[in-house]
Amino acid sequence: MRIGAIVTRIIQQMRRDRRTLALLFFAPLLVLTLMSFIFNSNEANLTLVISNGTPPLIEKLQAVDLHIIEQQNFSVEQLKEQQYDGWLILGQGNVRLTLLNNDPSSSKVLIMKLSQALQPQQDAAPSLTTDYVYGDKDTAIFDIFSPMLIGFFVFFFVFLITGIALLKERTSGTLERLLATPIKRAEIVAGYMLGYGLFAFLQTVIIVLFGIYVLDIVHVGSIWLVLLINMTVALVALSLGSLLSSFASSEFQMMQFIPLIIVPQIFFSGIFPLDNMATWLQKIGHLMPLYYAANALNGVMYKGVTFSEIATNLAVLASFAIVFIILTTFSLKKYRVL
Amino acid sequence: MKHYAISLDNVEKSFHHKQVIAPLSLNIPTGQLVGLLGPSGCGKTTLIKMIMGMLKPDNGQIQALNLAVPHQQLLSSIGYMAQSDALYLDLTGEENLNFFAKLYNLSKRERTQRVVYAAQLVRLKDDLHIKVANYSGGMKRRLSLAIALLHNPPLLILDEPTVGIDPVLKKEIWQELMRLKNEDQKTILVTTHAMDEAQKCDQLIMLRNGYIIANDTPQALKTQYDAQDFDEVFLKAGGEVL
Repeated sequence: MRIGAIVTRIIQQMRRDRRTLALLFFAPLLVLTLMSFIFNSNEANLTLVISNGTPPLIEKLQAVDLHIIEQQNFSVEQLKEQQYDGWLILGQGNVRLTLLNNDPSSSKVLIMKLSQALQPQQDAAPSLTTDYVYGDKDTAIFDIFSPMLIGFFVFFFVFLITGIALLKERTSGTLERLLATPIKRAEIVAGYMLGYGLFAFLQTVIIVLFGIYVLDIVHVGSIWLVLLINMTVALVALSLGSLLSSFASSEFQMMQFIPLIIVPQIFFSGIFPLDNMATWLQKIGHLMPLYYAANALNGVMYKGVTFSEIATNLAVLASFAIVFIILTTFSLKKYRVL
Repeated sequence: MKHYAISLDNVEKSFHHKQVIAPLSLNIPTGQLVGLLGPSGCGKTTLIKMIMGMLKPDNGQIQALNLAVPHQQLLSSIGYMAQSDALYLDLTGEENLNFFAKLYNLSKRERTQRVVYAAQLVRLKDDLHIKVANYSGGMKRRLSLAIALLHNPPLLILDEPTVGIDPVLKKEIWQELMRLKNEDQKTILVTTHAMDEAQKCDQLIMLRNGYIIANDTPQALKTQYDAQDFDEVFLKAGGEVL
């Protein structure tokens, strides 16, 4: 009942605060869209040069939105000069693909589309060899980038909004007033988790659906798992936000947690490759919730793994949330001995 | 002990090695209106927060309504009004009242009744649908008072309840406090600066630098210090301690 009172109040407050609602729901979409423009700008007009192509094959390739140029005598130099995305040579029993790869994301898309188009011919088993003009097949880090980005935005915005909301409650004195009623500290924390959890849930659904269906972010695994992971991420952000707000005395101080708590998580969570880093340094990532979130999201969206393979990551995330929730409950002792 | 609503025994409190409340003992009898007087920084609010269980005394025991502080259940028997208006500005007056009523676990029928009663008492009935952000200082003070009265508690602890309230309403609120005391036998502890309010209390406690410098009925204090008003009583009483 008391928890319900807090939940109702949070909903009433949020409904009146249109700007915060807009920040929560549309800012992540805006940033995600901008990022997808930056990393996928070439996707719309991929150009493929074909040597010795058969008309049915060319038709198929055109069907998957590739711009096809037929040319029998072509060279890597010409490919560089013309800035085409790839060159496909069909030979006896083998197919040779040369990718310009000046933009790893468009190379990835090209390979994906090619394999789609070539699939029915697989009984003929043409072996596809791929060469890269620039870089190699491992250059495409951005594909593992986007699933993590979704998790990151869920984390960031939920963290910020809960942290500041609870901070406002502290600075305005209403938290103290609340604790002068017979409410239990755990009830306050539960009310907060549910109230803001509701908005975090809506936000997560919007971000995930937008990312997958509008921005076409790679996803091979189950969308339900993606939602489940992101909800757990939101819960961690909720509890961490409310915990840290007790160490801030103003909104500005809450903002100061961004470079301290949020930015390091971006670096260590695997959004950027960590392979060259010393092993002990890599281990730091294991202390950060986003590391596990990124692992799980990457697993489901990029590699298509199932629940059992991300269960450990989810368990670690949930443990983070539980620890933060308990600590938050303790931190409220500052306002009432009991 | 039974006839005391609040009793403090050798209670002491320091912040950062600075003594805010010197060891003091104090008994507040049930059914009385007790005024706590003193300049700002004298420890009034600290004392009140310790009685509420929000601060832990360094030494000594506190009992309220025969329960040892801190006690969760005790809080449903105390109507508390903080010095600063702790209200949700983006909610309306009614939503604020309903929110707090729910925290006291009032049933839905009780809630509607008590919200109407409390709002009527502080003359806010016509402004209940307005967001608190648009309230004047006095209206916010009145809403805070209404919240303290919501759950019909036997003990009221009010930290400067009439600051920023116009004289007419102030008079009405004091009439209501007297009525609550006389008819409902409520115990009321009020901190105040206003001398005309001090006169209405059954018992006056004067606090200075964490020490109780005077504790008696208003009339007895005036006679004892041969003073015209309570400012004079305060100065004369304080002079002895320093």
